[in-house]
Amino acid sequence: MTTPIRVMLAKVGLDGHDRGVRVVARALRDAGMDVIYTGLHRTPDEVVTAAIQEDVDVLGVSLLSGVQMTVFPKILDKLKREGADDMIVVAGGVMPDEDAVALKRMGVKEVMLQDTPPQAIVDTLRKLVTERGPR
Amino acid sequence: MSRTVSSLALIDRVKAGEAAAIARLISRAESGAAEAHEALARIYGLAGRAHVIGVTGVPGSGKSTLVGKLCAALRAKGERVGIVAIDPSSPYSGGAILGDRIRMTEMASDPGVYIRSMATRGAVGGMARATLDVVDILDVAGFDTVVLETVGVGQDEVEIVRASHTTIVVSAPGLGDEIQAIKAGILEIADIHVVSKCDRSDANRTLVDLKQMLMGGLRAAPPGAWHAPVIGTSAFSGQGVDELVAAIERHRHFALESKSGEQRRLAIAEFRLRKTAENLLLDRFGEKIAQAGAPLAARLMRREADPYSVATELLNTALLRETGHEQDARSKIA
Repeated sequence: MTTPIRVMLAKVGLDGHDRGVRVVARALRDAGMDVIYTGLHRTPDEVVTAAIQEDVDVLGVSLLSGVQMTVFPKILDKLKREGADDMIVVAGGVMPDEDAVALKRMGVKEVMLQDTPPQAIVDTLRKLVTERGPR
Repeated sequence: MSRTVSSLALIDRVKAGEAAAIARLISRAESGAAEAHEALARIYGLAGRAHVIGVTGVPGSGKSTLVGKLCAALRAKGERVGIVAIDPSSPYSGGAILGDRIRMTEMASDPGVYIRSMATRGAVGGMARATLDVVDILDVAGFDTVVLETVGVGQDEVEIVRASHTTIVVSAPGLGDEIQAIKAGILEIADIHVVSKCDRSDANRTLVDLKQMLMGGLRAAPPGAWHAPVIGTSAFSGQGVDELVAAIERHRHFALESKSGEQRRLAIAEFRLRKTAENLLLDRFGEKIAQAGAPLAARLMRREADPYSVATELLNTALLRETGHEQDARSKIA
């Protein structure tokens, strides 16, 4: 039996809207993945601690509040310090195009904005995990 | 973490309590990969120190919330706590939503707490296949107490009692009457009963029903037997959590000092043996049985054959392929 892809979906900060991330969670579940949802209002520290304990393949952070340029550097930094920088980090939500470019330069593997179809998210995660290879 | 660290090489880092190493070894155990067997065998030899608390109950009874509160209380006593929280996999896609962490946010960045979510991946009985290995890994990593939270169960998923030293059954108010309370099954396995959501007005009824059910059993119990207490808790007010911690401590001492505690530990070992053998059998024959089964199922559906003869045929086919395969391997070596 093949091991399902493990994904953590996180909401960070004061952002109180999680209908979008729950739609994504459902789509990933229906694609056969194990999805761990953190719930709302987590800190970058808490999210990374949880993602490491859960040994997820992919950490997806959803933001609708505009704080991506402060949240993602903290997450990527802590992953590196904890020796877990082989974790695939992706972003979702609403943000300016130039921020998406900057995040990818920082090490975020993919940025999927609000108009991304669920199937495209499934395909992207499968591709990223395949590219990473076994661990 | 480097991608190709062997499972054996992770053991020392697990012993040192390194979170990423614990996490990776758990993933290897979950995958069932043969590569991890030797490491898990070593882990078993090193484990056996932690007190394992099983928490079970119907879906929505408040297991995860209770585990969160219990964990906070144990932390206040200075214990390090590992939590294994199990949620169901979809029978259709194989995927899962693991949502137990959401109820345990109090300790979200406490290094003395390690929470791992697991999906059942088709296992029945309330636990996932690798659960017992995961408990051992957390034990070796230095967690004093490991709390094992089952999926929301029905009336009959009682394997948890063979995987934990102290079993807590959580009942919620408003589900069923005194007849439910005398049925065989899950209520019988509790070392400690918890009635959750005791801030609700109908909680007292559930407390009384459970206590009366237990009174009925008292007369039949042998002298010196453990009497399961019934504790009302409320995560909202914090009621009952300290009482629960004290009851767990009492049961732990009872199990260490009594004959029945030793019998329990033997029963746990017997269960472990049987489960591991089942898993090895599944690894060896599962796929062959699945392949050979499809045409037989079609005949069964058309009622051209009966279940007993096709099942026998299926097992024979799987065994034949297995032995044929082994002969192949031997002739290659020769």
